Amino acid sequence: MTQEPKSTLQWSVLDIDARSEVERIAGALREAAVSVLHKRGAVVAISGGVDSAVCAALAARAFGPERVLALILPEHESSPESSVRARSLAVHLGLTPVEQDLGATLTAIGCYRSRDEAVRRVLPQYGAGWRMKIVVAGGLEGRINHFKLVAQSPDGTTHEARLGLRDYLQIVAATGFKQRVRKSIEYFHADRLNYAVIGTPNRLEYDQGFFVRNGDGAADIKPIAHLYKSQVYAIAEHLGLPADIASALPTTDTYSLTQGQDEFYFALPYRQMDLALWALNHGIAVASLAEALRISPQKAGHVYDDIRAKRRATRYLHRPPLLLGAVPEVDRA
Amino acid sequence: MTLRAELRQFILENFLLTRDDSSLGDADSLTARGILDSTGALELVMHLEERYGITVQDEELHPDNLDSIDRIAAFIERKRAA
Repeated sequence: MTQEPKSTLQWSVLDIDARSEVERIAGALREAAVSVLHKRGAVVAISGGVDSAVCAALAARAFGPERVLALILPEHESSPESSVRARSLAVHLGLTPVEQDLGATLTAIGCYRSRDEAVRRVLPQYGAGWRMKIVVAGGLEGRINHFKLVAQSPDGTTHEARLGLRDYLQIVAATGFKQRVRKSIEYFHADRLNYAVIGTPNRLEYDQGFFVRNGDGAADIKPIAHLYKSQVYAIAEHLGLPADIASALPTTDTYSLTQGQDEFYFALPYRQMDLALWALNHGIAVASLAEALRISPQKAGHVYDDIRAKRRATRYLHRPPLLLGAVPEVDRA
Repeated sequence: MTLRAELRQFILENFLLTRDDSSLGDADSLTARGILDSTGALELVMHLEERYGITVQDEELHPDNLDSIDRIAAFIERKRAA
């Protein structure tokens, strides 16, 4: 009797035992804070998204809600719903949030002005009332990744233009002020309270370098960096987090036009990216990934290549500052 | 200076910060050797457009056109002939 050949790649590879993982992470978080960092609690900036919500819930479980400071840090271009969701999360977890609008600070430091100056070099008519974002293109077609500016004029017309090197770098550099100023606020409170700063990347973001160095990439502990995005959602559900957070689609909430993470950075929506990353990490053949995702083997090959390329290109973001001579005493201390 | 020699000089001086041209062969894959990432590709394209007066289309941002000195040179020659 012949059997239907089974696909070697099943979606169930991403299943986790949420209950035991929550307990394990909460225990490890407490242990790391006490034994390694010598801190008394945690600061978590909550965005209204699922990653920071799960991190805040894990921290509350590890330290108790009274030892967790939740920060809500909107700026001029944050979606108003983000703050609403963040506040309701804080209430749900029994946290008293501190809210600080960073718009004036970012204006003073030149974040919006420097960015808009670069945008206007590409699109001279861009101005007040316009909204914009940048999107990635190329990788899924086997081409070299590049970025495009997408801008919407006040009358709703969409304009698109490829970004050259200088303009792309300036837009990214200026936008990075948002993550870096947020992190300064987080460390102010952490230092004030003798708490640790929690970093909230999931595995896709961490592996693929989807963070700003010394911005959202900076932290004392990253409790969910080993979890695929689908696993973060599973934990959110297990923890009973508010439904609008547990089902929120990943957006960057960084640009004035709504920007899905898969538009800005990843080749595929998160569920498929999870499976592709898992498959690459476990040496699964391109053909099996193609079958599981119902895409062509050629496209699946491009997805693997794109993951490898981003991992290589962002490797340095993970590195501590490079020393050019040994200082072994520091490691032994 | 030949086209290939010009390209090699640009890549050596801008990406490898050296003038030692023994470190890069015409057929070497720039991505496999970690010399060219997506930011580097934008830098390369900007240079090609400015220096050689060509316009690189989105669909031409492909390793087949940009991943070695040989491929870049052939790409420029095709663009100029078109």
